[in-house]
This record gives sequence, C-alpha cells and structure tokens, in this order.
Amino acid sequence: MEMLNFDAVLQGKYLGWLLAGAAMTLALFAVSWLAGFALSLVLLALRQSGIRVMQAVAIAFVAYHRNVPALVQVFLWYFGVPQLLPQAWQSWINANGSEFVLVSIALAWNSAAYMSEDLRSGLRSLPRTQLEAARAIGMTYLQSMRIVLVPQALRAALPPLVNQSLTLFKTTSLAMAVGLAEMTYASRQVENESFRTFEAFAIASAFYWLCSFALASAGKHWSRRLSLQERRA
Amino acid sequence: MIEILDRYGLLLLMGQYPHGPLGGLALTICLALAGLVISFPLAVLVGIARTSPWRAFRLPAALIVNAVRGLPVLMLIFWAYFIVPLMIGRSVSGITTVICALVLYELAFMGEVVRAGIEAIPKGQVEAARSMGMSYRQTLQKIILPQALVQMAPSILNQFINLVKNTSLSYIISVNELTYAAYQVNAQLLTRPFEVYLILAATYFLICWSLSLAVGKMERSVNQRRQLAPGAA
Amino acid sequence: MISFRDVEKYYGTYKALDAITETVEKGEVVVVCGPSGSGKSTLIRTINRLEPISGGTISVDGIDVHAQNVNVNSLRSRIGFVFQSFNLFPHLSVLENVSIGPTTVLRQSAQQARSHGLVLLDKVGLASKAGAYPPQLSGGQQQRVAIARALAMQPPVMLFDEPTSALDPEMVGEVLNVMKQLAADGMTMVCVTHEMGFAREVGDRILFMDAGAILERASPEEFFKSPQHPRAQKFVADIRHA
Repeated sequence: MEMLNFDAVLQGKYLGWLLAGAAMTLALFAVSWLAGFALSLVLLALRQSGIRVMQAVAIAFVAYHRNVPALVQVFLWYFGVPQLLPQAWQSWINANGSEFVLVSIALAWNSAAYMSEDLRSGLRSLPRTQLEAARAIGMTYLQSMRIVLVPQALRAALPPLVNQSLTLFKTTSLAMAVGLAEMTYASRQVENESFRTFEAFAIASAFYWLCSFALASAGKHWSRRLSLQERRA
Repeated sequence: MIEILDRYGLLLLMGQYPHGPLGGLALTICLALAGLVISFPLAVLVGIARTSPWRAFRLPAALIVNAVRGLPVLMLIFWAYFIVPLMIGRSVSGITTVICALVLYELAFMGEVVRAGIEAIPKGQVEAARSMGMSYRQTLQKIILPQALVQMAPSILNQFINLVKNTSLSYIISVNELTYAAYQVNAQLLTRPFEVYLILAATYFLICWSLSLAVGKMERSVNQRRQLAPGAA
Repeated sequence: MISFRDVEKYYGTYKALDAITETVEKGEVVVVCGPSGSGKSTLIRTINRLEPISGGTISVDGIDVHAQNVNVNSLRSRIGFVFQSFNLFPHLSVLENVSIGPTTVLRQSAQQARSHGLVLLDKVGLASKAGAYPPQLSGGQQQRVAIARALAMQPPVMLFDEPTSALDPEMVGEVLNVMKQLAADGMTMVCVTHEMGFAREVGDRILFMDAGAILERASPEEFFKSPQHPRAQKFVADIRHA
C-alpha cells in the first residue's frame, strides 16, 4: 500500500470541498435541531393536551417517524412532497436550494418525534404534586407547564436529549443521498478525484468523532451544572 | 397506488427472484437477519470485554465502541466498501459490504446492550459465586450470562428493528433491497414519486411497528419474571 | 484456623479496621457484634477476600489470604460464606443452586453433587423443595438453601454475615436452628449477628467491635452479665431495652 499522504488531501480544492462539507453538516444540524426542538415542544403540548384528536395526531406522528427509516423520510420529503405542491411552489423550491430546505424539514420532523418522547418521559418522571402546587398558586395549565414543569422535565430529559442530538448530527449524512454536499458527500467527492480514499475518509471520520465528542462533553457539562443548581436550591 | 402495488409489488417484495438474485423486502430482511446473527456473538464478546476486570480488554473494547458510535452508518458503509476488499484481497459484492458495515454497527450498539445486561445482574450473586471459589469465567458462564441474555431479549429485538431500518442505507451502494427497489420503480414511473415512496414508508412502518409491539410484549413478560425474584436482589 | 495480625483497612482516609489481632481456633463458634458501622461486616468479608485490606495479615489454615500469588478461588472453595441477602441464583432450581459449586469448582460428577446436595437439603429441612426455584421460597427457606449451598463445598470453616437480619421475625428461628446444629456438629464458625440468644446458646466467644476495633473479648456469659468496656456496656444495655 502506498504511503499515506494527508497533505495531498488537505490543500487546494480538496480542502475547499472538505471545509464546505463540514460547514454544510453543521448548518444542517443547527437548523434541523432548532426546528426539531421547537416542533417537539408543540408535539409535547399536543400529547399532553387531553384532547383526543390532538393526542392521536401526536401519537401517529411519533409512531411514523420512529418506524420508518430516516432515509425514506428524506426521500418522501425530497421526491414525494414537491409532487403534491402547486407548480409555482415547485419552481420556487427548485430554484432556491430545495435540497437544504427539504432535508432540514425531514430531519427536523424526525428528531422532533424522538425529542418529544424524551421530553414526555422527562415530564412523566416528575412528581404529580408539582403541577398541583402550580395550579394551587393560581397558574393556568399553560403557565404551569411553561414556568414549572417543562424546565424540570428538560433537566430530567437532558441525557436522552443529548443522545438524540448526537444521533441527529450523524443523520445529517443522509443528505448526501439527495446530492447535498455535507461532510460524507465531500469525503466521497475528494476520494473519487484524488484516489486518496483512506485519507479522505479518515478526515471525515475525525470530523464526526470530534463533533460527537464535543457534543457529548457539552451535554455532560450542562447536565452537571443543572444538577448542581438543584443541590444548591 | 393500487396499480403500482399490482404491477411492481413482486419486484418490491422479492427483486428479480426467482429469475435473478433476491431483492426487495426479502433481501432487506435477510440483510437484517445476517447482521443480527453474525454480530451477536461478537457483541457478547464486546460486552464481556467492556465489563472485564482487565484493562487490556476493557480499553480496546471501549475504543471500538466509541469509535463506531461516533460515526454515521453511511460512513461505516463507505469504510467497509473500502477496507473489506483490501483485507480479503479481492472485490466483494455490495451485499457483503453492507453486512460487514451492519455487523460493525451492531457489535458496538448491541455490545452496549450486553454490557448493560451484565451490569444489571445483582452484585450479590457474583459475590456468592466467587465466594464458593468459582472463577470469573465460570461466574460469567454459569451465573451472569444465562440470566443476562434472557433479560436482554427485548433489547436485542429492538436492535433488529434498527437493523431493518439501517438496511435502507445500502441504497447508497446500489444494493437492491427494498429502498433501492422503490427508487428503481420511481425511476420507471417518474410521475408518481409521492405514491411510490409512501408505499415504501408504509411497508417499513408495518414491519417495524409490529416488531415494536412484540418488543413491548417481551418487555412486559421479562419484567413480570423479575418481579417474582425477591432474594435475588 | 483463622488468624488476624495487625489488620488495617482504609476507605480513602476513613479507617474501617483498626489494628485487628485475633485468632479463631478450630471448632470454635465466634460471634462478632457491635453497633452499625462498627466494621463487623467488613471484618468478616476480608476473611475470604471479598474486601481487600490495607495492612497486616489474615491467614486461614496457614495460607495468607491477601498475598499476591495465592490462588483465591481455591482458597474461597474452602471457606463457606452465607450472606445477609441470601444471594441464591434465581435461574437455577434449589438443588441446582446447591450442586453448582461442587460440579463447577470441585469437579464432582453431577450424580455425586446431586445426591450429596439432597442430603444437605434434608439436613436443613428442605428436601421437598429440591425442584423449586428461589423466587418461590420464603426468606427463611432461601437462607437455609444458602447455608446448604455453602456446606456443599465441605468447607472447614463457615462465615455468616448477619444471616437473619433480612428475615421476618417468624423465620429467624428456623435459620438459627440450622446454625445451632452446625455448631453442635463441631463446625468452625464466625458469625456477625444481632441474635444474642444464639450467641448465648452456642457461642464460645464474643468479639465486640466499634469504630473498626475489637474493644472487648469475652465469653457470652461474661459479656452479657458484666461487660467491661463502656461502649460494650452501652451496647448491652441498648439490646436489653430493644
């Protein structure tokens, strides 16, 4: 086997592709995470609403996203949904970076399903007396949720949420299946042209490992800070 | 949608078989089963290594598990695509590549399931066995693993569900399992992507959802058995 | 049979065992008692190396238990240990629990281990439960099976770590009776227990511990009638009021 040559890969247009890939992965992750988290709160509200129809919607949403592969979800959004939209929308989407938008939506919905379940178990782990105490002071249901319960549920749900965030980060790699130039796609691009397969894949892997490690450490640090808060109180 | 199922149903179900290699849903299930069966003994070894009193086993196992868990499954497939032919000395089929990637994935994730199962056995039983003079290996073989493996059964089935979903990624290297078969159907029809991919999603949903109901049932029966074990704790 | 020489144990900076020096002769029944946290469980668990020590030596039958090169498994097969929480194996039947030690460690034939096991189960009064599984038994029954399991290894010495503390009161008697019979048969026993009636009936000696040290050694008669050490006096007085 010929000598490994990382320098050949870490310069010029190859470096450009790799950096663009990294940036795209991070962008995709950030957008999907934020949208997904917001949506998970909505799902949580639907689930806790007590209204049968809304609960059914939430349950069906979660069941669909947990039992269908993420790649298929991406395909349904990228290939399937545009077919349903009116022609004008289709043209607009095609002209304006459809890949990024549609893949972000797919990933956001996917992770929202998992995150809402993590939050729900966090909520379930709280003693019922918390809600009763909040209502007794005079808070409405929504206020009790917003001010008392959800913040505590977040604390309890932190480990699984961090896990889910890590999974979302890795799932961004699916975007390559529809041609979005995130990190995995970039590493393939580079190895295709430079024939330096090991180096290209190694750099992409190092990127994923570093980011996973950073995310996991941030999660651990945050979780420790939150539990310290509890103890001080 | 019914006509799609009518015309292409067999293709989606079994690929070209019997006039060609197996494909479609049948191949998906075969890939998932192969991944499970081959990785299981390896995962047990990894789990034992992770809980071993000897650092020489613990540290490499931890390294492998964390390395595999930090990468997207797509990257695992690409690494397998690159390395397996190098290791064997000749080219391998896409199916072999995917199975290797899935085995690597599962030996990390199922390895963690095994680890949790081993650690869940009450320490008192281990002390009782060691106090009689049983060696660490004998304790593992006769006391820990027989109980742990039974208690892990629902989690193992859960991993199988994950495997079924992950087989969809073999689309990337053109392995003719269910997702790729659907992709080909869509390439022929061109005008009905939403329906094709909806059928695809529905198929995965049916399989994974039924399996997850089975997991729920298994969990309940394992928990029931655990309730009846007072002096064991 | 068992000898402690200047044994010390630290958990970090906390001293769990303090300069323990003591001997247990063959055939003796020694009862170790004291308030919670006195180190009695720690002491008994160092005898078969379930706990390590920080200094000193412990010998069983002349073998240094905590030496680097000693075969721990072979040593442990010659020391019977009965736990407070029984620790039976729930996936094995009662008879299998009793015979797994002999078949696995002593390499006896299954046949031999089973027939010997049935004899032992009969001795503890549970021959009829040979095919039952631990979760189906009461606490007292489980503990008696645990004693039979330890006896199956035919050890020259038996250690008991609060064997009745986890039992409902009405089952304590059946376990103590088995232990009394063992003592009458001449077994060397070290028992950590609160059961003072047992100590008085079959105990040869009482070791009173507090804060990791042995504060008083006396015959059961002397100990309960006139304890010497002030903390022993408090202990005996508290027990009387309980």
